[in-house]
Amino acid sequence: MSDAAVQPREITTSPRPSDRVFRGIVTAGGLTSLVVLALIAIFLYVKSHAVFTTFGWHFITDANWTPDDSVKMSTGHYGIGAMLVGTLITSVMAIIFAVPVAIGLALFLTHYAPHWMRAPLTLLVDLMAAIPSVVYGLWGFFVLMPMAINWSMLINHYLGFIPIFSVPVPIFDRSPFIASLVLAVMIVPIITAIAREVYAQAPRDHIEAAYALGSTKWAAMRAVVLPHGRAGVIGGTMLGLGRALGETVAVYMVLNLVYSVNFHVLQSAGGSVASMIVNKFGEATSFEVQGLMAAGLVLFLLTLLVNFAADLVVRLASKGA
Amino acid sequence: MNDLVAKGIHAWFGKRLVLEDVNLEFAHGTVTALIGPSGCGKSTFIRTLNRMHEFVPEARFAGQVLLGGNDVYAQGEDVTKVRLRIGMVFQKPNPFPSMTIRENVLAGPKLARIKVDDKTTLVEKSLHQAGLWNEVKDRLNEPALALSGGQQQRLCIARSLAVDPKVLLMDEPCSALDPASTLRVEETIDDIKHDVTVVIVTHNMQQAGRVSDYTAFFLAELGEPGRMVEYGETKQIFSNPRDNRTERYVTGQFG
Repeated sequence: MSDAAVQPREITTSPRPSDRVFRGIVTAGGLTSLVVLALIAIFLYVKSHAVFTTFGWHFITDANWTPDDSVKMSTGHYGIGAMLVGTLITSVMAIIFAVPVAIGLALFLTHYAPHWMRAPLTLLVDLMAAIPSVVYGLWGFFVLMPMAINWSMLINHYLGFIPIFSVPVPIFDRSPFIASLVLAVMIVPIITAIAREVYAQAPRDHIEAAYALGSTKWAAMRAVVLPHGRAGVIGGTMLGLGRALGETVAVYMVLNLVYSVNFHVLQSAGGSVASMIVNKFGEATSFEVQGLMAAGLVLFLLTLLVNFAADLVVRLASKGA
Repeated sequence: MNDLVAKGIHAWFGKRLVLEDVNLEFAHGTVTALIGPSGCGKSTFIRTLNRMHEFVPEARFAGQVLLGGNDVYAQGEDVTKVRLRIGMVFQKPNPFPSMTIRENVLAGPKLARIKVDDKTTLVEKSLHQAGLWNEVKDRLNEPALALSGGQQQRLCIARSLAVDPKVLLMDEPCSALDPASTLRVEETIDDIKHDVTVVIVTHNMQQAGRVSDYTAFFLAELGEPGRMVEYGETKQIFSNPRDNRTERYVTGQFG
């Protein structure tokens, strides 16, 4: 028989019953989360599709929210443009404040802090993530805001020539700036937890190689530890962004919701989709509730998008490294 | 004036004494091999010479390491300057993964903030010395991890040489390498030894015989700290050792 006649054998394995049971359990677990996710999206869409058919893209682009439950949906007007822009502004600012702090904290916890201090300090930082957001809201309102108003005035005084730091109406409380500070404090533990994980895994032999070349500690961190952790930190940042986008109560307490787009971040006027839903839900008319559902769906899709983007970025970055 | 002198070196991990009273002199331009069974303290010893020992938590040290007469452990001594003069090549090749081949060679000056006037020449010279130039000259901008293990180790040697050290410590540099790469590393040692004092830890007795001028034999008896048993010219250690334990080790009767 010639070699050409040889066919690959079919190899079969029959899993043991215990394997089959276990496989069933984990498969069910995995599918459940997908089903729940899909059901939430479907529920929101069913409850709100009238809004999208009535207003189309204007629901996202218009800043105007004027409920009217007299006859039909189109007699009122529902648009979350200002809230959406406000959400993005406060979240991105929160990231700008939180990421450097989280990176510094993670580096300290993994490479600088004395050994006896590392475990308790790590626990404390993790505990920050467990504080209810309403408590952050109270702290933000009563403790942070009185101080932050002064910082706002200072920034406005010296940097007011930059458009975003100018304040047409000089009221500084409950501004996007203050909301983003509260958000930053809330997302620092998330980003820190992930950054800490990746910094701790930075290979010892590469760090030693840097030291052996006469590098200072900081230079070794920059040459080895920071590049090693880059993908993880980006992923953690995106997770933090996801949390910031969806944060509701804390923002509601320290942000003045105004239904027109405002780029003056120091001024007492901002937007937040999640906070708006909480704000309006209690006394909403039936058409308005549909509008709020639609807003919820947009927010849901936005956070989903951010998480997908995070996943993609982490994959690309870790491939490059 | 670039002799390296180790005086009364003791090393502890926590309360455990792992190295006791080692005295050795490394004359400039010589190659010294440190041999001995695993756990005899030779790696610990070599790491005390450029102050890498202190990175291990709980590591402690006693003794003096003199480079050109100055104690590298002296108070106020800049440890980063010490490590610039006393370079090190590790057991496992460890090029920086986020850098290209060229960037790896230039990593030392960059990390230590030394200005280099002619980077291209420095890269070529260092890679030449490490016997890697011909293999990588056309792909200097590729990531260092694209190289084979043996090439990576020679890249690490080039990286160490690029800061122009007076002493090069090599901690089993060939233990993860194929025979061809091992040979290239040994050729490199021959090439550089007139300018650089080389101290090499090795498990390979033939290698010690081939590359070194002097050999020190380390041994830790059961439950005792590591000590230096015998030191002498390599020829003498391998042909006519004074100590019975050295003879048994170099003839392969234990270890």
